[in-house]
Amino acid sequence: MSPADQTSLLNLNAVTKTFGGIHALSDVSCDVAQGQIVGFIGPNGAGKATMFNVITGAYRADRGTISLAGTMITAQPPYRIARSGISRTFQNIRLFGDMTVWEHLIVAQPHGESLLRRLLPIGWASPGVLHRAQEVLEFFGLEAVRNRVARSLPYGIQRKVEMARAVTARPKLLLLDEPVAGMNHDEAEDIRKLMLQLRDAGLSILLIEHDMAFVMNLCDYLYVLDFGVVIAQGRPHEVRANPLVLDAYLGRAS
Amino acid sequence: MLLQQFVNGLTLGAVYTLIALSFALVMGILGVLNLAIAELFMIGGYLGFSVITLNLPLPLAIVAGMAGAALIAAVIEKIGYQPLRDTPVVTPMLSTLGFSIILQNVATNIWGSDPLQLPDEFLGTRYVIGPISISSMQLIVLGATAVLVAALAYVVQRTSIGRALRAVAENRDVARLLGVSASRLTLLAFVLSGALAGAAGVLIGLHYAAITPYIGVEIGLKAIAVMVIGGTTRIWGALVAGPLIGIIEVMTVAYGGSQVRDFVVYGFMIAILLLRPQGILGGTQGGQGQRV
Amino acid sequence: MSTYYAGLFADAGILLLGALSVYIILATGQLSLGNAGLMGIGAYVTSYLTVNVGVPITAALTIAGIACGAIGVVVGFPALHLKGIYLAMATLGFGEMVRSFFLNFSPMGGAGGFHGMKHISVGYIWAWAGGLLIVVMLLERSRVWLEMQAVRDDETAAGLVGLKTTTTKVAAFGAGAAIAAISGGLFAHQFVYIEPGNFGFERSIDFVLAVILGGSTVAPGALAGAMLLVLLPEMLRFLADWRLAAFGGLLIVVLLVRRQGILDRSLFRLVTFRSSPT
Repeated sequence: MSPADQTSLLNLNAVTKTFGGIHALSDVSCDVAQGQIVGFIGPNGAGKATMFNVITGAYRADRGTISLAGTMITAQPPYRIARSGISRTFQNIRLFGDMTVWEHLIVAQPHGESLLRRLLPIGWASPGVLHRAQEVLEFFGLEAVRNRVARSLPYGIQRKVEMARAVTARPKLLLLDEPVAGMNHDEAEDIRKLMLQLRDAGLSILLIEHDMAFVMNLCDYLYVLDFGVVIAQGRPHEVRANPLVLDAYLGRAS
Repeated sequence: MLLQQFVNGLTLGAVYTLIALSFALVMGILGVLNLAIAELFMIGGYLGFSVITLNLPLPLAIVAGMAGAALIAAVIEKIGYQPLRDTPVVTPMLSTLGFSIILQNVATNIWGSDPLQLPDEFLGTRYVIGPISISSMQLIVLGATAVLVAALAYVVQRTSIGRALRAVAENRDVARLLGVSASRLTLLAFVLSGALAGAAGVLIGLHYAAITPYIGVEIGLKAIAVMVIGGTTRIWGALVAGPLIGIIEVMTVAYGGSQVRDFVVYGFMIAILLLRPQGILGGTQGGQGQRV
Repeated sequence: MSTYYAGLFADAGILLLGALSVYIILATGQLSLGNAGLMGIGAYVTSYLTVNVGVPITAALTIAGIACGAIGVVVGFPALHLKGIYLAMATLGFGEMVRSFFLNFSPMGGAGGFHGMKHISVGYIWAWAGGLLIVVMLLERSRVWLEMQAVRDDETAAGLVGLKTTTTKVAAFGAGAAIAAISGGLFAHQFVYIEPGNFGFERSIDFVLAVILGGSTVAPGALAGAMLLVLLPEMLRFLADWRLAAFGGLLIVVLLVRRQGILDRSLFRLVTFRSSPT
């Protein structure tokens, strides 16, 4: 598919966010088309995490607009944005410590069910809810840990649970914050395959990641952030060859 | 008349300042609300009383109150805080609550639940200066408070230990990197706050010429309001908030009836928490505590 | 049952409701140290209705519960701005303000207290206490409870999953307030005399003690805590003068050794012979 055929799903237009005197994001514009996997890379502190927070409504952009499938979401509260179809995971995994995996998948589906229904025991939830939870459970291969408490799970499984939770409510766009951080090659491969499957199922993905090999192999399009500014963008192989990008990374490392 | 109330309020305010400083020391450095301080205040008062009734000099009574309270505070730090220092701050707070319950029970059993009166000779002489009269006890309260606050200020601002305390208050992790032993400092913070509370207890006993086991809940808890109003992140806010609340309280009692005074004081506290969490003196943003 | 033991069980039922009121708010991660104030409002409202207006007790309790629930919701909104210890301090202040208010409220007796209520039976108290306990236990198995847990465990993540954290937290305050009010109304008609001093900080602490000791993660924990606080002093008579110190010490020990309290999910299942969920 060429870029022109794709409908824009998420659009950031000249988004700026400052904290005190620090410009975390300056005039950032980007576009995620339907069915794309777009990556955001850049040195630490470049503003990638801030961008996720601004998109999901945790922070409010000082200037600029954010729209999802044509609707402005710039100033909406987080739960509204989530219900409009944006989900995310966190770099330092934020699960609900004492809940089981199954409970995570159930609680992530509060939309569209009346209060009365939600006051009923979990087992009496509508078949749609239970079916969806089961579907997601199987997709991520988590059947074995269905009733295990999140806190007790190994790191790699916790990451999967977090992704599963994010996907359960059928979002249009999934924001993944360093999904393979701390993973070995096999685990990362696993995640990569899952992401491709999700993309094929219609989900668009926005990704923050440091692992360059992982990103190169996976993303349709890349944006490079440094000091809150987009310094480069394009197809992965284009970006990799860009001297500005190398400068930013190498400059930081020294 | 107004001026007289002003003086009375100032005396009460001095005691509030001491207790509020006591709360603020632990709260500012550790983020923990040490609910036992209210009862350390009470116990200090009883210890001071015991010394006085043995006909020993007043300074000794104050020292006894401070030492006793400081010792108990050290025990609380070792048992109630240290093992729980990595848990959400509400947990050590509940632990100090346990200690406060124990302390109040102990006091009631040892000294009974009826008020203890000071022997008459301790009512002191009243000095008349123009339109106001001030008792020698009130002067002692004000004087002792000034000395204690000055001493604390010296320790916190001028000594290396004080600097270390402030470092830990800013950032525990950085402080550790700088080689500051956090656990010794938290013990120091607890002991200092205990000493202040104990002194305040003796002083309030002198001011009212009586003491009860419930004085911790009646006055000590209100010092939390004083701390909040002064600003939990700015311990010296207590210097302003203490007299302010003391005067407001005394005025309220004089002109509005004694029953409304708690309503006013706590109402002020809640207003500050919601509208100006950094306290009246300003400073960094307070009010963002940890989740339970 | 002798009147002495009837009195004890009445106390336990009233304390159970107070503990539940703290528990339900705590389930969303908010610690409230002022529920005795809500209990007091419930006590005075219920008493006013039965004594001055002649409303039968059950209706009066229901009205008081709803009214207090509304007050709880109103309190719940500013509470959203505060977390952890700051919220605890604010609720402490709130409780003291309520007590101070009733000290001044002469239409209901002020410091002199209020009386004239008709005595109720232990059975009636436990009809309410047991009934509300069952309601909360049923609620614990619902998805709404999962939402409350999510808010407690990680409020930000909960919002990002699409949960209305504001509604959840405020509703919890409302529910807790309603339950505390009923505890108060029952208290008023058990002791047939109430005064503001009944609803001070010490009472709020009793509620918190019952929850923390009995079990802060399951509703029956409130029952265990209430029974413990009321019956233990009876069983250990020699402790009589030191029972408060014993509870203080128990609180410290529990926090050090078994933070979730006596009852938790697994122990409760064991005790009721239920197998683990499949």
